[in-house]
Amino acid sequence: MLLQQIVNGLTQGSLYALVAIGFVIVFGTMNLVTFAHGEVYMIGAFVGYFVMSVWGLPWPVAMLLAMAAGWLLGVFTEKLAFRPMRTVGHMPPLLITIGLSIILKEAVMVTLGAENRPVPSIYEQTIRVGDSQISLLQVVIVGCVALLIVGLQFLIQGTKIGRAMRATAQDHEAAYAMGVNADRVFNIAFALASLLGGAAGVLVGIYYNAVSATMGGTAGLKGFAACIFGGLTSIPGAILGALIIGVVENLTVQYLASGYRDIIAFLVMVVVLIVRPQGLLGNKMRVI
Amino acid sequence: MPLHSFAPRRDNLAIWLPILAALAAFPLVVKNEYILNVGVLAGIYVILTTGLNITNGYTGLMSFGYAAFYGIGAYTAAILSTRYGMPFWVTFPAAGVVAGLFGVTIALPTLRLKGIFLALVTIGFQEIVFLITLNWTSLTRGPMGIPGIPPPSLGGYAFVSNRDYFYLILVLNLLMVFLVARLMGSRVGRTFIAIREDEVAAQSVGIPIFPMKVLSFVISTVMAGVAGAFFAHHARFVSADSFRLDETFVILTMLIVGGMGTLVGPIIGAIFLVIFPEAARFLSHYREIVYGAILVLVILFRPEGIAGIPGIIHSPTKKKSAAGAAPGGAAR
Repeated sequence: MLLQQIVNGLTQGSLYALVAIGFVIVFGTMNLVTFAHGEVYMIGAFVGYFVMSVWGLPWPVAMLLAMAAGWLLGVFTEKLAFRPMRTVGHMPPLLITIGLSIILKEAVMVTLGAENRPVPSIYEQTIRVGDSQISLLQVVIVGCVALLIVGLQFLIQGTKIGRAMRATAQDHEAAYAMGVNADRVFNIAFALASLLGGAAGVLVGIYYNAVSATMGGTAGLKGFAACIFGGLTSIPGAILGALIIGVVENLTVQYLASGYRDIIAFLVMVVVLIVRPQGLLGNKMRVI
Repeated sequence: MPLHSFAPRRDNLAIWLPILAALAAFPLVVKNEYILNVGVLAGIYVILTTGLNITNGYTGLMSFGYAAFYGIGAYTAAILSTRYGMPFWVTFPAAGVVAGLFGVTIALPTLRLKGIFLALVTIGFQEIVFLITLNWTSLTRGPMGIPGIPPPSLGGYAFVSNRDYFYLILVLNLLMVFLVARLMGSRVGRTFIAIREDEVAAQSVGIPIFPMKVLSFVISTVMAGVAGAFFAHHARFVSADSFRLDETFVILTMLIVGGMGTLVGPIIGAIFLVIFPEAARFLSHYREIVYGAILVLVILFRPEGIAGIPGIIHSPTKKKSAAGAAPGGAAR
């Protein structure tokens, strides 16, 4: 049973990781926090629902469309909430994205209702390892997440825009002086973060066979908890944090009470911020 | 003249006395229970926004977990009255004390954090309180909530109609606003503002920053607690869903729209955002969307709100690593 819970936890953790990496990209380049990320993920999940359940198309199409939707939402959010607010501190963009997240969630709620929508199950075959079962779906999900992370690393480390992103993250004024278009870099970084959020939404819909208008709130906060746990600006840290949270959550369900499953991420968030604000792998930074 | 200069001071009596008289006469003219209920609701939010204004507005501490303390107050009143038969006049202060004790407990470890990090840690706390409320069924009855909370009564007279509640909340509002006005006129209140304006300068003139921040946080949470007690005895039923993060955002939106850092700002914001969706009935389906849109528009175009002090949420970043930014953290 222990192995089973660890496998389930890692699958779940890998989904949290996609959300968490989005926060890392936004915080790492812009030093800002977005609150609408959970809603981007929810929109991605609904794109997946329409593509797979309503139009009956295969899941890779859903992934691509949801990532495109995420990208567009990201471009829009950055232009609305972050570009005009770059010099006025952390709070205004955070508050605008809170407003935006309320609008997105309620718009979906009003138009599509609050109930769960079904997503067809795929890859139900299982592999037996000892007394636990690993489904093919879990393998596919973890594989997708890994592929996206590798692609992201390639983009950040190996391309011109990636180098511009790294330079802007280190010192956006110096990068600007060297001819980097900071506005464009911020916009692309935000869009990239939202693209990953959209992808995570589709995968979650497939994994749980359901999507709903309210799924974004907790997921966004959990992703952020993982991001804080890992150290806010570290992608490996965020992945590690997300996997640990995923596994501990599943062990909590197994060995403690299922109702307290969601509390793990928030305990981690509170304790890490108080005790070790730089997280697992982050830089030492001034949060106090 | 800026709106925030209409503070309820002695020299402004010409403005305030007619408003008060109109409010006092309101239930005598309007008998509609529904409209009076909206009035009572506005009164509850006036306490909440005024309380949140103490930390977020006057002291500049961005607390995002306010509905948790509101819920703690409501549950304290609900449990004390249904299990131990205590009257409103006992549960009301008790809810304030319990919420205040939680406030100290949260404030001590977290108030060293600044800016968004304080906001985030209070969001985490908010979710933890919600999950415990939902799962500790022996104390809170979990998802079923606590029904059957008795109405307040005074010398054998029970407050059952919304007119009674309207007068009760009006008196409580006057008391709260008066106390906050006195607080902010005092040395302690000016200390809060000094901390918001420039913490280093405040420290250099001998202000004990940390104890003062804790005090500000506690006063604010006590107000959330008593508002919760009133809510419990008015709604006669509490459940964890009423005190989630969404509720914090509702209170925060009211405060920002009304304006932070002034006495009238939160009052205007609370009354406006409670009445507006009710008055515009065609919007009633889209209440939350309207709130979100108003929040976005206010931050973009009038960050000081209707009657607030400019510069509280829009604080220009002084240096590159100001306000808790990471020095050169790259997405590696």
